[in-house]
Amino acid sequence: MNTDTQYLHEVAESDYEHGWSTDIVSDTIPKGLNEDVIRLISSKKNDPDWMLENRLRAFRHWEKLAADTDKYPRWAHLQYPEINFDEISYYSAPGSKPRYESLDEVDPELIKTFEALGIPLEEQKVLAGVAVDAVIDSVSVATTFKEELAKLGIIFCSFTEAIENHGDLVRKHMGSVVPHTDNFYAALNAAVFSDGSFCYIPPGVRCPMELSTYFRINQAGTGQFERTLIVAEEGSYVSYLEGCTAPRRDEHQLHAAVVEIIAHKDAEVKYSTIQNWYPGDNEGKGGVFNFVTKRGICEGTGSKISWTQLETGSAITWKYPSVILKGDHSIGEFYSVAFTKGRQQADTGTKMLHIGRNTSSSIISKGISAGRSNNSYRGLVRINKGAENARNFTQCDSMLLGDRCGAHTFPYLEIQNPTAQVEHEATTSKVGEDQMFYCQQRGISEQDAIKLLVSGFCQEILAKLPMEFAVEARKLLAIELEGSVG
Amino acid sequence: MKSILEIRGLKASVEDMPILRGIDLTVNAGEVHAIMGPNGSGKSTLASVLAGNEDYEVDGGTVEYLGKDLLEMDVDERAREGVFLAFQYPIELPGVSTMNFLKQAVNSVREHRGQKPLGAAELLRLAKEKAALIELDTRLKQRSVNQGFSGGEKKRNEIFQLAMLEPTLAILDETDSGLDIDALRSVANGVNLLRTQERGFLIITHYQRLLNYIVPDFVHVIAGGRIVRSGDKELALELEKRGYDWVQEELAA
Repeated sequence: MNTDTQYLHEVAESDYEHGWSTDIVSDTIPKGLNEDVIRLISSKKNDPDWMLENRLRAFRHWEKLAADTDKYPRWAHLQYPEINFDEISYYSAPGSKPRYESLDEVDPELIKTFEALGIPLEEQKVLAGVAVDAVIDSVSVATTFKEELAKLGIIFCSFTEAIENHGDLVRKHMGSVVPHTDNFYAALNAAVFSDGSFCYIPPGVRCPMELSTYFRINQAGTGQFERTLIVAEEGSYVSYLEGCTAPRRDEHQLHAAVVEIIAHKDAEVKYSTIQNWYPGDNEGKGGVFNFVTKRGICEGTGSKISWTQLETGSAITWKYPSVILKGDHSIGEFYSVAFTKGRQQADTGTKMLHIGRNTSSSIISKGISAGRSNNSYRGLVRINKGAENARNFTQCDSMLLGDRCGAHTFPYLEIQNPTAQVEHEATTSKVGEDQMFYCQQRGISEQDAIKLLVSGFCQEILAKLPMEFAVEARKLLAIELEGSVG
Repeated sequence: MKSILEIRGLKASVEDMPILRGIDLTVNAGEVHAIMGPNGSGKSTLASVLAGNEDYEVDGGTVEYLGKDLLEMDVDERAREGVFLAFQYPIELPGVSTMNFLKQAVNSVREHRGQKPLGAAELLRLAKEKAALIELDTRLKQRSVNQGFSGGEKKRNEIFQLAMLEPTLAILDETDSGLDIDALRSVANGVNLLRTQERGFLIITHYQRLLNYIVPDFVHVIAGGRIVRSGDKELALELEKRGYDWVQEELAA
């Protein structure tokens, strides 16, 4: 190797830009998890009785799973210390007042936090035309644009508000795609979740703007457990964006979210994520453990759910946004770029479950590994017996920056119907020295050349992100690649 | 006359195998030098060493470029200082848009020269003008760099980049190889339009054919890692007639 090595080293060790924390007074409950804690969270949230019942049911299920450490999910290609669930505080809210009626009531420090994150709410209200719901630690802080959306019958609010004002809708759909029995972290989330976002698009309505949520873990020693529920009625359309960051902390922080999407007949939901949780330092100290269950169901004929994600953060990423293709002619898509460096580990991919007839799914996954990181794609394509004429196309490309990192692919195919057409392509490449030489011979610096080549590698995924998100994604990738030399 | 390049006793090897065994060559502003020679004689090695390819080890000698030590400079620094290599086998850059690539290249060079970076519109205008010079299909600019280009398109694209970057020293490494006669003519035509009083060319070629279109001021023959003969364009014609064996036989004699 030549000078690449030095730069790649710097890339691999570059710094986290969102690693500050905000000094705001917060209401954090004592660490540990038991039934009393669940009841405390429930009372802080003013839950109706049915919600408390749901939480307790989920908690009892989780308790059973947690009692036997052998039952912890360990199949992922990830190595991390056992999480001590008694060392986490399961609820933290900024300030003593759990919710805000307007931005004026919000702690100015908190507003500064959002500004530092590049999401000045006020400005975004006016300029960007993006409706933002921001969740810091566990509580939704402000949701912009609510009124404009309400005129179209669109509901976009925090999960807490949704339970309060649209209880029937929430009760009907919550847990219908990801039941609390689904997995260890889904059970934990269903028990302790404290807020999140809810989105409802009525029949025939095309949501005129991108709906956006920002998540941030601020308080030390807290976990963040949010839920997102999106219901798209017949013939509706919505594009939903999610972004996340966390301050730099020496201890690990746990994030276990659940996202559920329901798409009815001819509805389309596009869900985009930029995940930039604190990844820990280069020796693997600190960083967010990100255990997330995301799943959508194409309930109706001709419905479509599309997941696009840019994963650059977290010490551990365990995440498989999936689609259940129940409706005939329904479409599921998963487009992913996962970038790992330092000691980061990502095990991410998707599940496409084909049930209806003439369903189709596309999976394009791009993994980039630098430093001593490990990056795995894990995907399941299942074609059920009755799923006539199902189609799937899967493409997994991995790029290695340097020679101390790893890329892995774990594709699973279960095909029970002979009419299925399934394609799988996989490549692994190194940033070619010949490519670097070519760029540099044109006057492009080593750093810029790597950025150019990596963003070229991800191009087809980044192109699928909504415009303003794509700009952000490119910037983020560039920052991630920047190296400590700047 | 202003000297651009002064090569003195240049020796280089690849994987411990000596290839260049002492090259001496001077290129002045406005001159076109053709470097000819049989396969394996070290022609392309010379081009690679001048561009700074780290696959090659410099074992001795000096290279002065505009009065500076070229061998001390990094690859990208050489490029920004005005050394351009048209590759024998241009590299494909999947997903990297040609315009974005050009923008970065042109603006790094401009910045180095203390010029204002070009905006998207100015760059497009410039690209359109330069593409016309070498009859480059403008649709190629929509694609990823060199990806899915035919051999001829790749070579034209190299000359197009040369035109965009306006180097002081342009090295063409077997640009004529794999070109059909029409492509050869338009590439040569492009190069002729780019000949200026300030710019020097080093044209590496195996065949005399290209020199019918780009008439050189000097022709040098490399054999066994040394320049064994220098002359004017007549030398190329003689080589065409008598073959490289003739030079080698003369050397042995």
